[in-house]
Amino acid sequence: MPPITRTVRIGSAHGLHARPAKMFAQAAKDSGIPVTIAKDAGSPVNAASILGVIALGIEQGDYVTLTADGDSAETTLDRLSELLSTDHDAE
Amino acid sequence: MTELRGVGIGLGVAQGPVARMAEPLPAPGDAPSTLSAEEETSRVRAAVAGVARELEQRGAQAGGAAQDVLEAQAMMAEDPSLEAEIDTRIGAGKTAEFAVHDAFATFRDTLTAMGGYLGERAADLDDVAQRVIARLRGVSAPGVPDPGHPFVLVAKDLAPADTALLDLDKVLALVTTEGGPTSHTAILAREKSIVAVVGAVAATGLVEGEMVIVDAAAGVVTTQPTSEERERAHNRAADRASAASAPITPGALADGTAVPLLANLGKPEGAVEAVALGAEGVGLFRTEFLFLSANQAPTVEQQRASYTQLLAAFPGKKVVVRVLDAGADKPLAFLNDAHEENPALGLRGIRALRASEDILREQLTALADADAATDADLWVMAPMVATVEESDYFTAIARDYGIKTAGVMVEVPSSALLADRILSGTDFASIGTNDLTQYTLAADRLLGSVAAFQDPWHPAVLRLIREVGDAGRMHGKPVGICGEAAADPLLAVVLVGLGATSLSMAPTALADVRASLLQHSLDDARVIAEAALAANDAASAREAARAAATTQASAGAVAAS
Repeated sequence: MPPITRTVRIGSAHGLHARPAKMFAQAAKDSGIPVTIAKDAGSPVNAASILGVIALGIEQGDYVTLTADGDSAETTLDRLSELLSTDHDAE
Repeated sequence: MTELRGVGIGLGVAQGPVARMAEPLPAPGDAPSTLSAEEETSRVRAAVAGVARELEQRGAQAGGAAQDVLEAQAMMAEDPSLEAEIDTRIGAGKTAEFAVHDAFATFRDTLTAMGGYLGERAADLDDVAQRVIARLRGVSAPGVPDPGHPFVLVAKDLAPADTALLDLDKVLALVTTEGGPTSHTAILAREKSIVAVVGAVAATGLVEGEMVIVDAAAGVVTTQPTSEERERAHNRAADRASAASAPITPGALADGTAVPLLANLGKPEGAVEAVALGAEGVGLFRTEFLFLSANQAPTVEQQRASYTQLLAAFPGKKVVVRVLDAGADKPLAFLNDAHEENPALGLRGIRALRASEDILREQLTALADADAATDADLWVMAPMVATVEESDYFTAIARDYGIKTAGVMVEVPSSALLADRILSGTDFASIGTNDLTQYTLAADRLLGSVAAFQDPWHPAVLRLIREVGDAGRMHGKPVGICGEAAADPLLAVVLVGLGATSLSMAPTALADVRASLLQHSLDDARVIAEAALAANDAASAREAARAAATTQASAGAVAAS
């Protein structure tokens, strides 16, 4: 099965650092399959790497591309997309 | 005595003996490893896992916001990108200690280079690196000291792991040599109401056990304090403690003169907290939040909903809304996209609204609708008014839309100097002390190199405020203060002495200011204000007001006994 990709708009008011970055990297790690995240046309980084994710400097409204490879790729991307498009700071 | 300057967090004061945070471990040397790469790798894996589990456990103990930060740190320790960097170095024959130190440093430099919030997260990463290296060496990680008695903690900057386990009963105050107002230390200090001065570079010279006074309101750490200074600090701390537990009463002076205490709000959601802390209304509601996240102006419907939400929280009370204040530090592309060399002196505030009058008209429409739908007493004011003509223009257009009370902000010296003429044509004035200070002293308030000029105690600023106060008295019209100056408990008394009739501030400052006003009569306040006005600079104005306040308070006590 080829890797699948998806583009998501960031919903978190504080972008993808601190708590949202932690939640996202944790979820990517827990998925057990390789997932990458890239900002705009930048090079992809390991989505399970909190440092890699933070260092992308992603802000609210930015678009990112997720790529996952594996049996559960579809459901993993569903879950991760939902995390990214939610504004966790507004909870 | 010597004074060390930094950025104060909050308004408290505390004193006690210094206890220093253990110095960081020396950086590992780059000697070749005598172990095999496999052995070094397994040492690192064990150390990293140990640190991650410890951080998670601390997080579980701490709970709340600290738990998120500590769990994020645990993830950093076991980060796969970092692991790859460490393995590469071990593969090249480095020791586990050096590989960890060097790999973390690479990521730290990336974060530091990004600056701002991410730059301050570099401290989180440094802390994780120190813990891993300490574990590899079999020594205890640097951490919070425990001298066995209450202490003033002095550190470079506190990492989340330290702050989470801080025994708050033992910590009298926090002083850091690095870190700014958004550092972890500052966030913790605000959250837990701990007296703190951050970024006090000269505090590196403080020695273990020496007595210091930490004054967050002034942003100063005093070494070798005199007994008089210590007593004064003690009294202030005691006053604050009783103010915090005092019942919430309407703002008033000792003689019963009412001085309504209002809240500065930036979003309707802040209303609940403000009411809980005793705000008697809103003295400044900033409407920028509706516009800053938008590429185009919000619709009348969107604005009406937000204003209605705000006004509904204050039935029967005064709510002063400021129309859009764009420009300078708050640029909005759809209002003014021209590049300006000096945005603080450019097309901003009422000037920008006049240039895009439809935005002002829509805002006034939405405000009038919200006013009609609720029971609050809506006042509307224009920002950055520099001339009598601008004041008359805004007042007329606001009245056209049915706004019952229309006024202007006094932030530009020209409108303070002509306040008598401005107030003859409008309903009220509200003094924005931050901008008034910036314009009076010609010092950009966003520029660190001239930050020392940004002090509202400067007698030139006070004299301008007196002009406005006198004009208000002459016309029988209200003069409010809605800058940070109103949150300084002693300056609040001075402002009332200069003629301010209401004070608006961040809701967390209300208790301190309420208590301070109750100690002085209107006559006292005028005498204290005169003392400050007579000084040559901000520091001596503050000192003169303090001396006058002490004299007035003791005279009052004698008269009462």
